[in-house]
Amino acid sequence: MAALQLREAIRAAMVEEMERDAGVFLIGEEVAEYNGAYKVSEGMLDRFGADRVLDTPISESGFAGLGVGAAMAGLRPIVEFMTFNFSFVAFDQLINNAAKIRYMSGGQFSMPIVFRGPNGAAGQLAATHNTAVESLYSYFPGLKVVAPSNPDDAKGLLKSAIRDDDPVIFLESESMYGLKGDVSDAEDYLIPLGKARIAREGADVTIVAHQKSYWRAMEAADGLAEAGYDAEVIDPRTIRPLDIETIAASVKKTNRLVVVDESNPFASFSSEVACQIQERVFDWLDAPVMRVTAKDVPAPYAKNLIEYYMPRTEEIVAAAKKVLYAN
Amino acid sequence: MPIPVEMPKMSDTMEEGVLVAWLAEEGDAVSSGDIIAQVETDKATMDLEVYDDGVLLKKVIPEGAAVPIGGLIAVLGKAGEDISGLLAGYDGAAGVPAEAPAAETVAPDTPAPSTGDGAVQPTAPEVVSGTASAGNDGRIKSSPLARSLAKEHGIALHQIAGSGPEGRIVKRDIEAAIRKHAPAPGVAPGYPVPGTMIEMPAEDVSETVRISQMRKTIARRLSESKFTSPHFYLTVDVDVEQAVAARARINKQAEAAGGVKISFNDLVTKACALALRAHPAVNASWIEQEGVIRQHGHAHVAVAVAIDDGLVTPVIRHADRKGLTQIATETRELAQRARDRTLQPEDWEGSTFTTSNLGMYGVEEFTAIINPPNACILAIGAIRDEAVVKEGAVVPGKRMKLTLSSDHRVVDGAVAAAFIGTVRSYLEEPLSMLL
Repeated sequence: MAALQLREAIRAAMVEEMERDAGVFLIGEEVAEYNGAYKVSEGMLDRFGADRVLDTPISESGFAGLGVGAAMAGLRPIVEFMTFNFSFVAFDQLINNAAKIRYMSGGQFSMPIVFRGPNGAAGQLAATHNTAVESLYSYFPGLKVVAPSNPDDAKGLLKSAIRDDDPVIFLESESMYGLKGDVSDAEDYLIPLGKARIAREGADVTIVAHQKSYWRAMEAADGLAEAGYDAEVIDPRTIRPLDIETIAASVKKTNRLVVVDESNPFASFSSEVACQIQERVFDWLDAPVMRVTAKDVPAPYAKNLIEYYMPRTEEIVAAAKKVLYAN
Repeated sequence: MPIPVEMPKMSDTMEEGVLVAWLAEEGDAVSSGDIIAQVETDKATMDLEVYDDGVLLKKVIPEGAAVPIGGLIAVLGKAGEDISGLLAGYDGAAGVPAEAPAAETVAPDTPAPSTGDGAVQPTAPEVVSGTASAGNDGRIKSSPLARSLAKEHGIALHQIAGSGPEGRIVKRDIEAAIRKHAPAPGVAPGYPVPGTMIEMPAEDVSETVRISQMRKTIARRLSESKFTSPHFYLTVDVDVEQAVAARARINKQAEAAGGVKISFNDLVTKACALALRAHPAVNASWIEQEGVIRQHGHAHVAVAVAIDDGLVTPVIRHADRKGLTQIATETRELAQRARDRTLQPEDWEGSTFTTSNLGMYGVEEFTAIINPPNACILAIGAIRDEAVVKEGAVVPGKRMKLTLSSDHRVVDGAVAAAFIGTVRSYLEEPLSMLL
């Protein structure tokens, strides 16, 4: 085990996969000469050279499309967005090309591409730079969406994502790049996509939360423990394919579910989990499924408002107490 | 605003409830979930819970009084609150809301739902029927888990006060109800435990089964019958050679015509119905509260049907006027619906006599417990091949034992003997049933 920052764990995954497979390359804005906007790709240009670590103009649609073409030609591109807010410029490449080529070609083309970069809010960045995209991208069949909450999961999942023959949206977090955690140094450390992790076992209420929200959920679980409630926290890790079985099994045990999601609430990841859970384990529910999400507005700029906008620990505690019928 | 406490519908067949005992006094502070009285329904004595907090301002109904569903029982509210307006909205002592028609009372000549001999109304536990008046809209709010737990444990939701928002019944409410009714660990429910009894570890040898609503009703009704009506028993051995032969001929024709075959039991049903006509004193009920014995104008013969974890007694109405084929058809259909648990109250209500047949299990003879409010029940044994003496010679014969249990309050020995003698003669000369 080595203690690595999130950015270092992501870098380790990319380096290992590039050494393992000559078809893997990294492309994006400032990934090479500048060593990455958030220093994720630091040293990779020196190590692999300009043929495999490529700086691009500010042209998301262009380099995302280049990646799609390279994947169709048999390479395994890693396309970095400086933030996923900028992926909207390349929406057509992601949604109409990457997600649909395998289907529309009758399986003649596979699409082994990873789009990665920071997701969601990172403080006072205002409405256009604070979007959480997991609900959006998981809407489209053909895309896989991964959103790890810690360095170890990030490494194991990114390696699996690079080896996957389908397009993977790999979501990181600007405010978590410096987060340190033990990372397995096992050779070829792979965590399969589509497997949730039970981060904390509990008997009274299940809380599902990923990425930044996961850490709020863990704080909430501590707070609930002080109040005498034993919360189980599940980190789905992969948004799609979703490991609904693990969540359903937990709800069968606890009879209560709170889903925490940094997305806006309408048609979001949290609504999907709530829907699937009531379909599967209705008779085990002792309370309605509660959601804690970002507020249903564009992200505000003011410090007090963006803090209010995000799902907060006390909201998770309150939601859990509500489904526990505790006052 | 004063809050009325009305008579809830505590079972599907309930029409009114008798307030057996008050458990709270006027002026007592009560809160949601408190039991303020006990109410007897057609099925059981149940606790009356309140769903609101307040002071018990008035006990509208005295102990022992019957109140139709929706009738006013009590008034809750703040101490000193004026309740005259609320009382004026209800009609007199019966407590029926003035604007609503009174629930139809039981016609005096209709026997109470016939649930004797262990027979009960085969309803599923009332989990989602929503018939109880829990909320303003009459709907019981409960979580999905609470409903499935209640069903599993045979708990009727309308007997439970919900502790969730807007009175929603949630898991902890069901768990509390289960704890309240749980048998002592390791002891079979209902057994007295002598001090010297060695307690066996339950997990090694015992299976503990919750007493179902059906078993509760069987226990209560049969105990009531056996302990209040003095039973006596008459057994006759019937020569059924001709009846067996007649049935074989009838069924051979039925088979050829693609018709319904009759069972031996159908012959007994018919014989009993005709005999009831000949002996109206047997076709009667002891009605203590009215101080009368009522001889019924119809011969309605109930037939005990075993189902999972109990039995029911659907009724063949006017069996004296029906042909054997019709009796056979109706009995088959009722028995099937009994096993499917789709019988309706009208299928088991109103019997004037009951038969119980264990012949198919090889039981030679037995005594049955009277199915109130019947005066008698006939226990039918197996048909036996026996050596019999006929005209001084020992020959092969067919015999069947019938045992009549009679309520001595209604029927004396000679009357019962005459009745069972008639049944016997019908079965020994089946053609006489055509006369």
